[in-house]
Amino acid sequence: MDRDEFLLRMINIEKNFPGVQALKGVNFAVRTGEIHALVGENGAGKSTLMKCLIGIYTPNSGEIHFAGQEIDHYSTAKALEMGISMIHQELSPVLYRPIMENLWLGREPLNKFGLVDHQKMYEMSQEILKEIELDEDPQTLMANLTVAKMQMVEIAKAISYDAKLIIMDEPSSALTEHEEQQLFRIIRKLKAKGTSVIYISHRLSEIFEIADIVTVFRDGKNVGTERIDQLTMEQIIEMMIGRPMDEMYPKIPAEIGETILQVKNLSHKKYFRNISFEVRRGEIFGIAGLVGAGRTEVIETIFGVRPKLTGEIIVHGKPVEINSPRDAIANRMSFLTEDRRATGIFSVLGVETNIALPNYDQFLTRLKFIDHSAVTDACADFVDKIQIKTPSLNQAVQNLSGGNQQKVLLARWLMTVPDILLLDEPTRGIDVGAKAEIYRLITMLAGQGKCIIMVSSELPEILGMSDRILVMHEGKMTGILENTPDLTQNKIMRYATGTDDDYKEIG
Amino acid sequence: MKQQKTSFRDIFTKYGIVVVLIVMILLMSIVKPSFRTLNNVMNILTQSSVYGILALGMTLVIVSKGIDLSVGSILALSAVVAASLGQSETASARYFASLPELPIIVPILAALLIGCLCGFINGGLIAYTGIPAFIATLGMTTIARGFAYIYTNGKPVSTLIPEFKFIGQGRVLGIPMPVLIYLVMIFITWILMNNTRFGKRVYAVGGNIHAAEVSGVNVKKMLVLIYTYMGLLAGIAGIVSTARMVSAQPGLAAGYELTAIASTTIGGTSHSGGIGTIWGAVVGALVLSVMRNGMTILGIHSYWQQIVEGLVIIVAVILDMRKNARKA
Repeated sequence: MDRDEFLLRMINIEKNFPGVQALKGVNFAVRTGEIHALVGENGAGKSTLMKCLIGIYTPNSGEIHFAGQEIDHYSTAKALEMGISMIHQELSPVLYRPIMENLWLGREPLNKFGLVDHQKMYEMSQEILKEIELDEDPQTLMANLTVAKMQMVEIAKAISYDAKLIIMDEPSSALTEHEEQQLFRIIRKLKAKGTSVIYISHRLSEIFEIADIVTVFRDGKNVGTERIDQLTMEQIIEMMIGRPMDEMYPKIPAEIGETILQVKNLSHKKYFRNISFEVRRGEIFGIAGLVGAGRTEVIETIFGVRPKLTGEIIVHGKPVEINSPRDAIANRMSFLTEDRRATGIFSVLGVETNIALPNYDQFLTRLKFIDHSAVTDACADFVDKIQIKTPSLNQAVQNLSGGNQQKVLLARWLMTVPDILLLDEPTRGIDVGAKAEIYRLITMLAGQGKCIIMVSSELPEILGMSDRILVMHEGKMTGILENTPDLTQNKIMRYATGTDDDYKEIG
Repeated sequence: MKQQKTSFRDIFTKYGIVVVLIVMILLMSIVKPSFRTLNNVMNILTQSSVYGILALGMTLVIVSKGIDLSVGSILALSAVVAASLGQSETASARYFASLPELPIIVPILAALLIGCLCGFINGGLIAYTGIPAFIATLGMTTIARGFAYIYTNGKPVSTLIPEFKFIGQGRVLGIPMPVLIYLVMIFITWILMNNTRFGKRVYAVGGNIHAAEVSGVNVKKMLVLIYTYMGLLAGIAGIVSTARMVSAQPGLAAGYELTAIASTTIGGTSHSGGIGTIWGAVVGALVLSVMRNGMTILGIHSYWQQIVEGLVIIVAVILDMRKNARKA
């Protein structure tokens, strides 16, 4: 290959952390004006490689050539100066400062006295915001923007460095579809100007839309670089997980038993009204809808996190009064929350403590002390049964992968021996491989006769897993659909957008 | 530059503490006419100058999501060293018996140097060992205080050259020198925070250290500079303090760090970092000194004054958090 066509070549990069070899001799190259997608499961080494490139880490060995020169031991500031900029996965706004100060942080324009030239900064910001079609005043505080707009500011910032190469780490994760299209327009504009883009994403469909080339990472290694039009989505997933893809959704029809949970005309003063449905033993009941439709709020209300306005909840045929999660747990319900970091795990505590914490009552000795060996045995049993990958029961949960954290939470709730499992986005932010395992677990639990309610934004997941699907639109139910083979994502979308509505007259 | 629209409500949430200050001043002026004499006004300003200067630096520190507990001790150490180098030849107990009387610039530079050095050590510890600012400066508190006692052997250093008296009690254009020094430091710090890259980076480090780092800001260097500036201001406060009493003793300014933190906090600087203004620190310091002065004039016992002060700090922060909660 002609050496000169490459803007970036990373050769035989190795990076070790104590106890882990994160990058095992990686080769990676990007041409000028190319949109290069980088995919792989979490922990595969993508982010580590990018951090080596942007100067946050220094590789243990290997060479980096950029724009025809070998570069070595440089800082982030130097990387930015050379023309490598990065949009980081974790948004990094300085919240209570204006947009313009965020944009020019570290390189504010100065006047002839060496003081910051606010007027010039304002004008430069207006220009760059116009370029990315973000209609905000540069003096607006970041804190007053939506997450999506903050993301756009980050993108504007990366562009403003006049970079030759822009690394985008999950840039679309917070964007709506419209904004995503806006982002793609910007990326195409950049490409037309000859800027190269490294695009990291978990959304494979996106990659097919925007990328020219895809490189797949697994286990700290580059397992293949291909033109995107040479690959199918299945092939990419197989490269990522390193084995042929089994059935992604291992849905086995479980034996459907008697009705366990009935919800009648449940309303909340703000988020939803007149929700009615029933779920039976062994059933997986999906709840679909757009963001803001009130899905999460419905199950939060069932679980007693939010107060209901009117309506009835009936468990095993008996009306129950649920005013707090304690009441819900007493009625043998469990709730796996959407945001596992904020409302699920105790990140610095160990696996055992995380599983056992709400369950210590089950393990008291006669004198009401905790029987620690019984706790350990029970936790070890769960770790085994649902295959939580952890070096030990004492490992801090923050060191586990997202999928394993989710399993720890599942174990916690399974220990309460629930009848009703409420799952809110059970596979958000976890790898393809781990997703399949979570699906297997959910199927297994349904098979054991649990009744499962699953809220999800991912329609393939809803279609792949559910027996029946409740679709919501702006706080109202628009349909309960049997998941027959002819049910399509399009049909669900029609209900989710309110185009179809089986309950119009009830309103 | 386009101005953003502001409603009355915005103005109140933004300048609420100023309104409180004005109401306090008006009330006191009506109740006690002696409060509004020029002399008393200068008195209030002079009294607030020492911890007011500390509060300026404390604003930088707290905006950067830190804290500095050692400023009172650093002040004392700089003060005793300055005093020892600034004794007049007629002093009965001369610290450096063999030295001739030195020009005023020597003790001043010595105090600034000691302040900077202590602050530099604070900043270095925080930046390069990663220990929390609370711990690093807690250590410095007793270390600097200990050195102040060792240096003076526990005794006051007095009978200073007349220039000190001028700095402490003299007036220029009718304005007491301590107030003048305070005003100059307000101006310098204000420019520093609002119009220099340094200032913008202070906000960035406190608002989102990760963002600062990936924008190429040398965060460690910033921390060292911030605490060094705080130390410098402690040194300046040390000189003002020494000059006002024309002597210095090692137990000086104990608890001043808390008054400085209180002023900054009352003025709206958030301990979660990234939010705070210099004028807030000035207003906060004034609120405290007007309150102290007013309560003393009203004959409220100093024990009760402490309780009122505590309540004011707590209420100010509660209001401030409400304001920020509404924004988020």
